[in-house]
Amino acid sequence: MGYAAPDALSDVLSLLAQHPSARVVAGGTDFFPALGDGVPPETLIDVTRVAELGGITHGPEGWRIGAAVRWSEVIGHPLPPCFDALKTAARAVGSVQIQNVGTVAGNLCNASPAADGVPPLLALEAEVELTGPTGTRRMPVQEFLQGVRKTALRRGEILSAIHIPAQPDGAGSAFEKLGSRKYLVISIVMVAANIWCAGGRITGARVAVGAASPVAQRLPGLEGDLIGLPVDAPGPFTRPAHLTILSPIADVRGSAAYRAEAVAELCDRAIRGAMRHG
Amino acid sequence: MDKPTGDMQTALTLNGTRVTVTPKVGERLSHTLRERLGARDVKVGCNAGDCGACTVLVDGAPVCACLMPTQQAAGRMVETLKGLRDSVEGRALMQRFQDHQAAQCGICTPGMMVSAVALLRAAPRPSEAQVMDALAGVLCRCTGYRKIIDAVMDAPTPLSGTGAVGDAIRRVDGAAKVSGNEAFGDDVAPDGALIVRIIRTPHPRAAFTLGDLAAWAAATPGVVSTLTAADVPGLNAFGVIPAFMDQPVFAQSEARFRGEAVAAVITTPDADVDLAQFPVTFTPLPDVQTVSAAMADGAPLIHADRAQNIMTGGFVQRGDAAAALARADVVVEGHFTSGFVEHAYIEPEAGFARTIGDRVEIHACTQAPVMDQEAVALILGWDKSRVRIVPTAVGGGFGSKLDLSVQPFLALAAIKTGKPVRLTYSRGESMQSTTKRHPSDLHVKIGALKDGTLSGMQFDGLFNTGAYASWGPTVANRVPVHASGPYRIADYRAEAKGIHTHCPPSGAFRGFGVPQSAIAQECLFDELAQALGMDALEFRAHNALKNGQPTVCGQVFDQGVGIGACFTALRPAWDRLRGECATFNAAHDGVKRGVGVAGGWYGCGNTSLPNPSTIKAGITADGRLMLHQGAMDIGQGSNTVIAQIFAQALGLPVGQITLIGADTDVTPDAGKTSASRQTFVTGAAAKLSGAAMRAEILQRLNAPETARLTLANGEITAGDRALRLADLPLNGEGYVFQSEETYDPPTKPLDENGQGAPYAQFGYAAHLAVVEVDLALGTVKPIRFVAAHDVGQAINPLLVEGQVQGGIAQGLGMALMEEYLPGRTENLHDYLIPTIGDIPPIDTLIVEEPDAHGPYGAKGLGEHVLIPTAPALLNAIYNATGARIRRVPATPARLRAALKGTP
Repeated sequence: MGYAAPDALSDVLSLLAQHPSARVVAGGTDFFPALGDGVPPETLIDVTRVAELGGITHGPEGWRIGAAVRWSEVIGHPLPPCFDALKTAARAVGSVQIQNVGTVAGNLCNASPAADGVPPLLALEAEVELTGPTGTRRMPVQEFLQGVRKTALRRGEILSAIHIPAQPDGAGSAFEKLGSRKYLVISIVMVAANIWCAGGRITGARVAVGAASPVAQRLPGLEGDLIGLPVDAPGPFTRPAHLTILSPIADVRGSAAYRAEAVAELCDRAIRGAMRHG
Repeated sequence: MDKPTGDMQTALTLNGTRVTVTPKVGERLSHTLRERLGARDVKVGCNAGDCGACTVLVDGAPVCACLMPTQQAAGRMVETLKGLRDSVEGRALMQRFQDHQAAQCGICTPGMMVSAVALLRAAPRPSEAQVMDALAGVLCRCTGYRKIIDAVMDAPTPLSGTGAVGDAIRRVDGAAKVSGNEAFGDDVAPDGALIVRIIRTPHPRAAFTLGDLAAWAAATPGVVSTLTAADVPGLNAFGVIPAFMDQPVFAQSEARFRGEAVAAVITTPDADVDLAQFPVTFTPLPDVQTVSAAMADGAPLIHADRAQNIMTGGFVQRGDAAAALARADVVVEGHFTSGFVEHAYIEPEAGFARTIGDRVEIHACTQAPVMDQEAVALILGWDKSRVRIVPTAVGGGFGSKLDLSVQPFLALAAIKTGKPVRLTYSRGESMQSTTKRHPSDLHVKIGALKDGTLSGMQFDGLFNTGAYASWGPTVANRVPVHASGPYRIADYRAEAKGIHTHCPPSGAFRGFGVPQSAIAQECLFDELAQALGMDALEFRAHNALKNGQPTVCGQVFDQGVGIGACFTALRPAWDRLRGECATFNAAHDGVKRGVGVAGGWYGCGNTSLPNPSTIKAGITADGRLMLHQGAMDIGQGSNTVIAQIFAQALGLPVGQITLIGADTDVTPDAGKTSASRQTFVTGAAAKLSGAAMRAEILQRLNAPETARLTLANGEITAGDRALRLADLPLNGEGYVFQSEETYDPPTKPLDENGQGAPYAQFGYAAHLAVVEVDLALGTVKPIRFVAAHDVGQAINPLLVEGQVQGGIAQGLGMALMEEYLPGRTENLHDYLIPTIGDIPPIDTLIVEEPDAHGPYGAKGLGEHVLIPTAPALLNAIYNATGARIRRVPATPARLRAALKGTP
């Protein structure tokens, strides 16, 4: 019972084992708004002082983003162009105040359909590393996110890192966000695209869409159809058939029909952007 | 390893000083800073990271203190405005924020300045884009952000003069706003005050029964007492219009809108009481939330004595509208709708109360101290002399803080417990339970002759007035008087009705229904101009009301009608910007730009009702000049305007004035801050009061009228004559000179056809908006505004610009993004107001067509500033794209549908 700020991951896991109702908190940017005026949980485990959960590192297999890495660290860290979508998304997460404390991993654990961080991570084919009492397991972000506010995280486990595999040489990346105002806005829809080319033609593409289905989705049909197109192809690239995997809803931010239409336009813009920066 | 402990000690560095506190588990840093460490310069607006008012630096980085557990700040350096104001950047910003009047109400100012310090440390000469990125996390509802940008970028100072009427001086009360010293509703409670929390219904309509409150209170640690309707000793009803006092303090047996209070719980200061356990049972009942549902046969009546749920109506008829429309060469008509708009001031309602002897004192944010006093006295069943209202600084009002909110709960709780009590609404409570702008449902038909002359207008408006009347009758009255716009329309018929629904009460919001009616009228004017092949600005100028022409109420002004001058002022920008848009559009495919224009007017003060303001002043024996200023300054600047007018009339420098009040014990009634009346009405009283004091001084010194006064070294001098103040007798209030004067604008009642003289003056406005529309997405990016305002005489041009820019920001929000949906947008991330990135440059053109009644010719301005904004934007969208929008807000989804021609 109480507030713990351990500095070792093993301590986080022991505490979680001892206090099954404990809540893990990092940036607090989802925790406190959900709490509102309610009574806080009896036990909070603050993971921001755990050294193993910090830092962005690069090795032969790719990149590792620790679970306590904040959005502002992503913005400030030197990363290749294939991360441009993630960096653009990072700047669109709330405000500077939110980016200074909110974490990439927290964005995943919160599992909002409108999480800005998810499409760029899908376009990077990122994996999450989950650490629990019995060890560590890894799975693709797509598998980790199971539904609205639902993840594959098991009791006693925490998301300890995000792994991004080595990316194709020269991959370009772009992120497009649609909202009703300039800043501090929950996305109506958003799209990330990572594209790489050879000999003036697209040789690989990953396009992911958020806020148009319970969990953000890659668009494999569209990705396949992009292969072989010349890098200066004007588009449009996105056809309704590419979007059948999505299930946009109507809410205060827009109608379902509008979302579907906007997604197609945003996909085309993100694809053009990724080709331009590739 | 760290063992989690209960309420453990946390040590951190606050503004350079090492401090140790014992916060609760997971306590918000904002709460610890404010309540345990006294740092009330940290403001709380939403507790969700949406508004940024609580921004502090943690190890140099801006964060929302409401989103950080205090324990996370252990060992770290926390800086608030008070710790930063002595830094190089802080000192510079304090000066620049005052020079540019970048603080209006001041509630967002600490968050803005803290964010700006962090920016200036990293980028001493930031670009506009850098300023926007850095400050985007802090919402401001008053300023429209442009003056904040100017201040942070160190734009050339706009100040001029020394404080005479017409001089652009700093606000006389600005220093407190930029130093973190300003005390708002939640900043004034003494340590140890008990906490009042409200139990609210979660349903639009519900019957409810209360359980055994005494047993629950006894069994629940921290609960001191409870309040229900049974605890109201006087009238369990309030309302701003005597004939419509229909809103209970606590609902009795049935609650009529989501968020209505049914009971209150009084707790000890640090108690964690789970209100979900409060013994109340709600039974949802069938509800009606739209005017059509409420008026349908068999609909439940919100108030048994109001058939068809019609609260009341307003009507104006002149000439024969039907005949004029029949002979018109062109007739256009349309059905226009708008939704609830939330005031979204950054300061939620808050205050504290205590009993002193047989009196109760309420310290809370308000726009109307004397109305609060009278209403609370009725609720208590007390004489009003036993109720003292001491307004705190007001963190934005815009109309909603005219009504009671926390005041009756505070008074009842203080009296029941005999102890100081405090109450601060959460953002959700503020949004659920306080008034909104009326949703509108308007059918409008307007005709014109081939030469462009208007020929007949019919207006039928239904306004969703929610569960209780509030200012709904005023909206129903004002709209027919104003729906013509500032134009000559000889044949006119307008009717408006307020319809009750199971929604939050609609009340006063900057413009009282006129911004809604202006959308319909000004958009249809564009259609008329187009049908006639006339330039849209020329069409308006052709029909603009002139001196000597009757309004639709038959009121004839021989002077002061300034709408024509506003259109003339816009002409150069209109021609230039249309040309620029044409050039832009020729070079761009996916995005198109357009220019729109709209006019507006607004009658200053109450409609055909007495409306007096009184201003008192005195000079003490030791030579201090005291101005008893009861006109609530809610950020608009009445403290400065009234002081400038008084100083001018008296003939002493404004800098010598000490402001007193507002406080119902020491300031005479200067009326409510509403209806754009303070500069006009209280300003006129201040002028009379200044002139009366001057006359008394001149008489005492036997000096000529032209004599120059000085007040220094315990002497008053007039020309070469002098008097030692200490030699003069003191009056009963301790003054050697005193004046107290009242002004009430001359109006005449409206007859059954709405004919009469509703206002002593109107103010006039015309806006021009440039937008860029993304055709594929339906998004609108405003590019520029040019706003011409006839203010008669600008008392302080910088305050005029501040009102214009802030009003445009609110009009823009209403046009493009704001819609309050009960139960769905009860926070500041689902309910969107403009951010710093949404407001383009705004050119303010001050037009001065003096008014015979206004002090030095001045007219009101507060509401005029947003009336033309929304229609100007919608007309610009049409000009850019050909899409007509008749429902606001024009969200991207709605505009995209209109672009495709989908209904």
